[in-house]
Amino acid sequence: MAADRLTVVGRSVPRLDARDKVTGAARYVSDLVLPGMAHAKLWRSPVAHARIIRVETERAAAVSGVLAVLTVADLPVKRLYYGPAYRDQPILAHEVIRYAGEPVVAVVADSEAHAEAALAHVDVRYDERPAATSAEEALAPGAPLIHPKLDRAGHFRDLSGLRPVPGTNICQHFEYERGDLARAFGEADLVVEDVYRYPALSHHALEAHCAVARVDADGLTVWAGTQHPFPVRKDLAEIFDLPLAAVQVVVPLVGGAFGGKCYTKIEPLVAALATKVRKPVRLALSLEESARTITRHAVTVRLRTAVGRDGTLLARQCEVVLDTGAYADIGPRVATKTGYRAPGPYRIPSLRIDSKCVYTNNVPAGAYRGYGVPQVTWACESQMDVIAERLDIDPLALRRKNLLKRGEEYVAGDTPMDGDMAEGLEQTARAVGWSAPLARGRGRGLACAMKDGGGTHTVSTAVVRINADGSVALLAGSVEVGQGARTALAQVVAETLGVPFETVVVVPPDTSITPYDHGTSASRSTTVMGLAVEAAARDAREQLLALAAKLLDTDASALAVGDGTITHGDRRLTVAEVISGHYGLVGGEVTGVGSFVPGKWSGTLGGATVFWETGMGAAEIEVDPETGAVKVVKYVSAADVGQAINPRECAAQDEGAAMQGIGPALFESRVSERGQLLNPGLIDYRVPAFTDLPGELDSLLIENADGPGPFGAKGVGEGGTFCAAPAIGNALARATGVRLTELPMTPERVWRALRAAGRVENP
Amino acid sequence: MREIPMTVVVNGEKHELTVPAWETLIECLRDRLGLLGVKKSCDVQVCGACTVLLDDRPVSACTVLAFEARGKSLRTIEGLARGDELHPVQEAFVEHGALQCGFCTPGMIMATVALLGENPRPTADEVKHYMRGNICRCTGYKRILEAILDASRRMSGGAKGNGGAKGNDGAKGNDGAKGNGGTKGTDGR
Repeated sequence: MAADRLTVVGRSVPRLDARDKVTGAARYVSDLVLPGMAHAKLWRSPVAHARIIRVETERAAAVSGVLAVLTVADLPVKRLYYGPAYRDQPILAHEVIRYAGEPVVAVVADSEAHAEAALAHVDVRYDERPAATSAEEALAPGAPLIHPKLDRAGHFRDLSGLRPVPGTNICQHFEYERGDLARAFGEADLVVEDVYRYPALSHHALEAHCAVARVDADGLTVWAGTQHPFPVRKDLAEIFDLPLAAVQVVVPLVGGAFGGKCYTKIEPLVAALATKVRKPVRLALSLEESARTITRHAVTVRLRTAVGRDGTLLARQCEVVLDTGAYADIGPRVATKTGYRAPGPYRIPSLRIDSKCVYTNNVPAGAYRGYGVPQVTWACESQMDVIAERLDIDPLALRRKNLLKRGEEYVAGDTPMDGDMAEGLEQTARAVGWSAPLARGRGRGLACAMKDGGGTHTVSTAVVRINADGSVALLAGSVEVGQGARTALAQVVAETLGVPFETVVVVPPDTSITPYDHGTSASRSTTVMGLAVEAAARDAREQLLALAAKLLDTDASALAVGDGTITHGDRRLTVAEVISGHYGLVGGEVTGVGSFVPGKWSGTLGGATVFWETGMGAAEIEVDPETGAVKVVKYVSAADVGQAINPRECAAQDEGAAMQGIGPALFESRVSERGQLLNPGLIDYRVPAFTDLPGELDSLLIENADGPGPFGAKGVGEGGTFCAAPAIGNALARATGVRLTELPMTPERVWRALRAAGRVENP
Repeated sequence: MREIPMTVVVNGEKHELTVPAWETLIECLRDRLGLLGVKKSCDVQVCGACTVLLDDRPVSACTVLAFEARGKSLRTIEGLARGDELHPVQEAFVEHGALQCGFCTPGMIMATVALLGENPRPTADEVKHYMRGNICRCTGYKRILEAILDASRRMSGGAKGNGGAKGNDGAKGNDGAKGNGGTKGTDGR
């Protein structure tokens, strides 16, 4: 369908949930109240690594209102361990404590206050052990072995290729090599080598992790703020030895996630507690506790690149080390993907990639908006500017020279580049005023990156029900974490069916009602679920037209659909008239079913991707030499969205992502000492505030309707996070001649670097 | 256990309550009065998700004790729209797409109402500084800023001549029942 004939898709309709959200009517998991509901609180380990000797619960159990005080041994479960890559994480600490903050004991009481009061009376005796609290320590000879044995979860095809290194803390070792590296480095005109560091970060979605569980004759129901209701259902079914049909996972609105609510987190524990006390149980973590549940990987990248005199990239060697914490979570896949994307979106004949995912005695690290790309892009795009500077080539021209062109393969057998990155970067540079004169103390920098989008070998299914009154219900398991998926999917349904947008209702994810979906991550909802939804709507439309054709005594191909009406010449039938006409009563419905099943897994490196999600960013900054403070005067982000289903929401996603890149660029960072997180909450962990909004923040949407999704859409949402740090770092270097290789670029770090370089006078 | 009897007007409705001395205002509003639009996030007065208006002044309900609202008037997000008719700030947030996950939105909107009460035509910088205590992790703030500036234009257009621009303290002294009715005129302060 040509873009100019679209009526609903491509329009910035208001979000379906906007009114509820501005009136306070919107309900999240943390708002759920069930009759007779009990509340749980967790006793967390103060030490990073220890053997549990004894847990004394009697005094805590005697506290008023307390229903149960439980250790892992008391939980009524078939299996203690879970995890998407390895089944390595116990529901509560089992014999061993592996990180400071790990839940060891759960208290269930009639109120949160009583549960909290009882925590003070829990007495845990443990024998502290040496801890490895950084990847370097965990890789050192003689490091404590955090998981002597590993049990593969077997959940995913791509993870069946897990390569742990026995006898070490490496739970995934990803390697790739092509070309003649030695020769390329030998013949290069320039070889640059740098080490870049990216710290661990906290997601700090404003709604902390929360789940409520209830057990009754029908089975187990869990309401959870999860991005993966179906994988969580699978884990629960296995943990409690129940059929999938007896486990129901329901997801209302989610107060932010950013990857922090991917896969199973607190759900098995809440379900076990509800089973034990025979009452509904709610566990609402504090924001600090969420920060002790999951983090973004701290990553070290050693990058060595061989370049010709004209700036042609000849070879690159990437060594990536990720600190995945005490439990692997989805870290092994993050490590694989991080390695996969470490070279950047360039044509490089010879390549060697080595990416290690390392267990440490830190908080587990998992998914976080970009899945490792922001970390390696910090390295890769900083070094591109180092190369440009050494060769005296304009950074934009250097990138243009090496960027993959549309249709060019990144790795043989993988999806070829499906957009025009050089053109996108050009537009971004123009928007920031790349070649305009600069005021003193100012600099401009840019960066670009790409990520395989849509998830690896993931499935989505959807059902579209046209009701007898002409209203339409969409059953889709995509979680509304704020990205606007429900609105975009409703637009796809309305456009495909030819009905008004207002007639479409989207049913929230409920594993017992909405059909299977892999999950809400990897910028996949609009594209991958979007295709399933479009197919379901087409199916429903064909059935509807067949019914109408019978009623009108004509051929379905002779009918036109639009605005909820089916027309044949001057004869018209509303959708409602078709359905009631067919069934001969005022009831009945038409049900359309659709699915997305990925193509055969191919490719030698990361596998075929649904689409490439690209991100382009450019910054103009001002540096205060007195304080080292960096102010972002202007930031331009560009996202190739193929076709924007809802342009305003696409741009809003990209802007939000850009801010989630600017925060870590300038100030965000988890600070730990010997495994103790020193800034768990928002008092000490600074996230971007209103005053951090750049003087100008712009998002460019590139729309060539060339995506694989409905109406040519591509996923959006992660790309904006990729480039902020390197673009700002490159701007800093161009403004001052000083380059930082470790984030965040705090005023102190910048000031010290300026002083070390003699750029500021000593007072 | 010290229990404190209190009268408080919430969204124009008078409540007689007895609260423990240590009960926080957010607990009182959510658990006692069922006002679940008041969101709990950081719990330490940093994020602003629980912002409510106490005698028209923005406070973080997580760190105010319930009894401190004794004899005062409280306004939460639930008290802003009038039936189906949204408050101009709410309208502006919807129209500008100034929300994503929406968890910060009630607090963000209440802080905006307070801001526009104190300063009906703020500059962009004034908005940024006033709203610094309200964190949004999703949007990047740009659209929220645009919504606030737009709401300011709409409200000062509609509220001219009611003399309420400095009306913050006006609700003090009475029980606050008036002026919390959510009419466009009073909201225009």
